[in-house]
Amino acid sequence: MDEPTINYQTPRAALAAGAREAVGAPLAVLAAGYVGYGALASGFDFPLHVIVASSLLIWALPGQLIMLEMHAVSAQLVLIILAVSLSASRFLPMTTVLMALMRNPRYSSWQMYASAQLIAMTCWVAAVNRCPQVPAEQRLPYFVGFALVCWLGSTAASVVGYFAAGAMSELVKLALVFMNPIYFLLILAGETRAASGRLALVAGAVAGPVAYALAPQWSVLAAGFVGGTAAYALHRWSRRA
Amino acid sequence: MRDPLLLVLACAAGTYVWRALGVAVAGRLDPNGEVFTWMACVALAMVAGLVSRMLIEPVGVLATTSLGVRLAATACGLVVYFVMTRRNLLAGVLTGCVVIAFLQSLS
Repeated sequence: MDEPTINYQTPRAALAAGAREAVGAPLAVLAAGYVGYGALASGFDFPLHVIVASSLLIWALPGQLIMLEMHAVSAQLVLIILAVSLSASRFLPMTTVLMALMRNPRYSSWQMYASAQLIAMTCWVAAVNRCPQVPAEQRLPYFVGFALVCWLGSTAASVVGYFAAGAMSELVKLALVFMNPIYFLLILAGETRAASGRLALVAGAVAGPVAYALAPQWSVLAAGFVGGTAAYALHRWSRRA
Repeated sequence: MRDPLLLVLACAAGTYVWRALGVAVAGRLDPNGEVFTWMACVALAMVAGLVSRMLIEPVGVLATTSLGVRLAATACGLVVYFVMTRRNLLAGVLTGCVVIAFLQSLS
């Protein structure tokens, strides 16, 4: 593992540094996606307080979009919850990996469980790449600073979207919703340094649509497990050869 | 008519379960071990699978565009990000969004 190369000196300074780094491309893109979400939700007659609650409490845009779409076609409650929950299964390995990096005797387990609510794709990619460069006790505050800005900013953006929905054309909504997958693609492809990680990205990108065609609800779980394991096996095999 | 707030709370619980499980498992995981490397591969494959599914088989408003339009916009974003601007995220993302809106307005 890399030696720490960035030292923020104190946890408080790490928190501030994380917050500063979130302001910029990460917040702009997330906020744009959540403006699109707020606009869509208001089109489906979700009240404002429900939109705010969904952004704060679910805090996973793909799941929130699935919830909206299925609610709009009056799907059964149990089926919606199952679909949203299965699409969130990625949080198990994501949280495990990030929390294993951020764990420190300084921080209690309730702090870890509370911080886990803040994990989402953007903050996860940023923190997973930053953590190895930062002393152990500064990692959790760095992440919390970064993620809090994204979380609160995105929630505010969904409120903006709720009120701006009427003024937005379908093309604008389309562009806003497209912002998220393209942004995720760029940060994943651009920021993943480890060879095993790059293999996993390719394997997952191939396995995702295939699994979706076979079993849509289980596709995130299945594609991740099969694609990730295949990439790991290939990585081990190539290291030995 | 069901209460949308109840729906949100249920979906939030269904999402948080995975986060909580992740914290519980992380307590026993060595960040320098092989299991960690495997977990990281699974996590990346999951998000990559989700993103490629969102681009290839989207639901909702993105589903109104054709696959060709989405792939063309994605390719433009990738070229601007990796080739033309030395990894300027905002430039890459904005390019993709402008291109998809433009192509969709033509069709």
